[in-house]
Amino acid sequence: MNRKIQQFVFEHKKMVIPIAALLLLGLPFFVTNSYFLHILIMVCIYICLALSLNLVTGYAGQLVLGHAAFYGIGAYAGALLMLKLQVNFFVALLLSAAITGLFGFLLGMPALRLRGDYLAIVTLGFGEIVRLVFVNWKGLTRGPAGLPGIPSPQIFGFTISGRTEFYYLALILALFTIFFMVKLINSGVGMAMQTVKNDEIAAEAIGIQPRKYKIMAFVISSAFAGMIGCFFASYLSYISPTAFVYNTSMTILTMAVLGGLGSIMGSILGASILVIVPEMLRFLNDYRMLIFGALMVFMMIFKPEGFWGAGKRRRNIYKINSEVPDHGSNS
Amino acid sequence: MFLQQMINGITVGGSYALIALGYTMVYGILRIVNFAHGDVFMMGSFFGLFCMQFLGMPYYVAFPIAAIATAIMGIIMERVAYRPIRTADSLTVMISALGVSTFLGNLAMVLWGSGTHAFSNFSGITVSVYRFDNVVLSNIQIGFIVLSVLLMLALYFVVNKTKIGIAMRATSHNIKTAKLMGINTDRIISFTFGIGSALACVAGLLVGIYYDAVYPLIGYSYGLKAFAAAVLGGIGSIPGAMLGGFIMGIVETLGASYISAGYRDAFAFAILIIVLIFRPAGILGKKEIDKV
Repeated sequence: MNRKIQQFVFEHKKMVIPIAALLLLGLPFFVTNSYFLHILIMVCIYICLALSLNLVTGYAGQLVLGHAAFYGIGAYAGALLMLKLQVNFFVALLLSAAITGLFGFLLGMPALRLRGDYLAIVTLGFGEIVRLVFVNWKGLTRGPAGLPGIPSPQIFGFTISGRTEFYYLALILALFTIFFMVKLINSGVGMAMQTVKNDEIAAEAIGIQPRKYKIMAFVISSAFAGMIGCFFASYLSYISPTAFVYNTSMTILTMAVLGGLGSIMGSILGASILVIVPEMLRFLNDYRMLIFGALMVFMMIFKPEGFWGAGKRRRNIYKINSEVPDHGSNS
Repeated sequence: MFLQQMINGITVGGSYALIALGYTMVYGILRIVNFAHGDVFMMGSFFGLFCMQFLGMPYYVAFPIAAIATAIMGIIMERVAYRPIRTADSLTVMISALGVSTFLGNLAMVLWGSGTHAFSNFSGITVSVYRFDNVVLSNIQIGFIVLSVLLMLALYFVVNKTKIGIAMRATSHNIKTAKLMGINTDRIISFTFGIGSALACVAGLLVGIYYDAVYPLIGYSYGLKAFAAAVLGGIGSIPGAMLGGFIMGIVETLGASYISAGYRDAFAFAILIIVLIFRPAGILGKKEIDKV
């Protein structure tokens, strides 16, 4: 089933993409309920987060368990720039991406020495330390009370304030992230990152410096998380440390993995499903997360490659690029 | 002051060490990080509380029963969530473990509510305090340290001197070869999960009594710090987990009392990151060599 859908999308790219674009652009005309618009905005935010994590974990092979820290750094950097220095939102967006990228560079340094589970725990520790700084540096972040009154984005005298306007901005950011990631993955840099993931020693042997591409993946990934963090701060106009906890990191990772690591479409699907499904399960009240946890286990048992995993995608490319029909080459 | 903080640190460290043992044993055998272990610890604590509160058992009966119940839960967890994906890559297992963790955390929430429960109302243990110069020791603290050290010695004995311990070490060395040598590796894995969960349960009960509080989210911070302790000592190494646990407890207690209480958890992670940068495989861990 899944495979047929994927193949259909690949074969009818020219038709599917404009239809999807029209649907996304026209959505606010059908969906006027602000609760639904909020969910759509959150989907856009999580698409950016899942994609950026997918770059470093899915494509460059570095397991990161503290992605929410970058999201949080971006949010706080953006909020503080706008509140204390009265910087315009769009300038703050770029600056917070740059600042977060710098932190990504810092976290990338130990990644050069550590691997696998050891790197995972370092990123986890980094996430916890960042959260504790948000909580304890009361002079700057106001601690658990959070930062209220973050201004809305302004462009040429026009203030973006309604849910619909925020939806379009979120959509632009999400589409930009998708576009950037697709271009990056298919560029020489992206190929080098994937080579490093598949076999570091082989990569080194053919002249690819693993350290360079690992650091690059960390910096780009964290910069995108920081950018969307800044948008999140402006959208909610209030941030507190509770939004950037270990659980958020895990949610983002789950999105990337359930969607399918090493697949752009996978992250988009994973983020959409993981934002929308828990909302749909709200009628279950207390049992909601209980069922959700069990679903995660079953998903991993029965479909470990995710909704749109890299394994499937590769098979599709073969089928489309070659004129020879494949007979049962399901390996 | 310093001595007092050291003793407090060792007490807390004992619980980290007991939880870290579960992480390290499972990692040693299956090379997976059981992210649900912190929630096993929490469930163990609740099982003990349940036995005392609703079944009216005295603590010396309730605790062994809770340990056994937690061990069974650990074995079931492995059967359901880990065994079917044993050959999958580590990320798949990790997501499955996160699923179990979400499940257990919310199960506790549904069963017992999200509030904090006090142990002292039901355990019947009275606190008595001993003073030496300016060091204060409670009977709970002494029991805590003695019990955790005894359990660690017992585990060390089991792993190094008994037949099942030899089988465990063989399985962790090379699971395929162990199987060829006639070891029932599935049983060994179940046994490892059982022991690890029982130790986590004991840690949960000790923490519950020491702080007189247990709540569904307690597994999160203890699980994280114990995992960090296991990595600090060198994950896969049993003495490493014990050492890592005590170091973690002492560092965070000293840091909290001398530098800043708000950053209590940050000290533990900072020391972890610093140690890993200089010794990437942890203090007692073996360095894995890439074979080309």
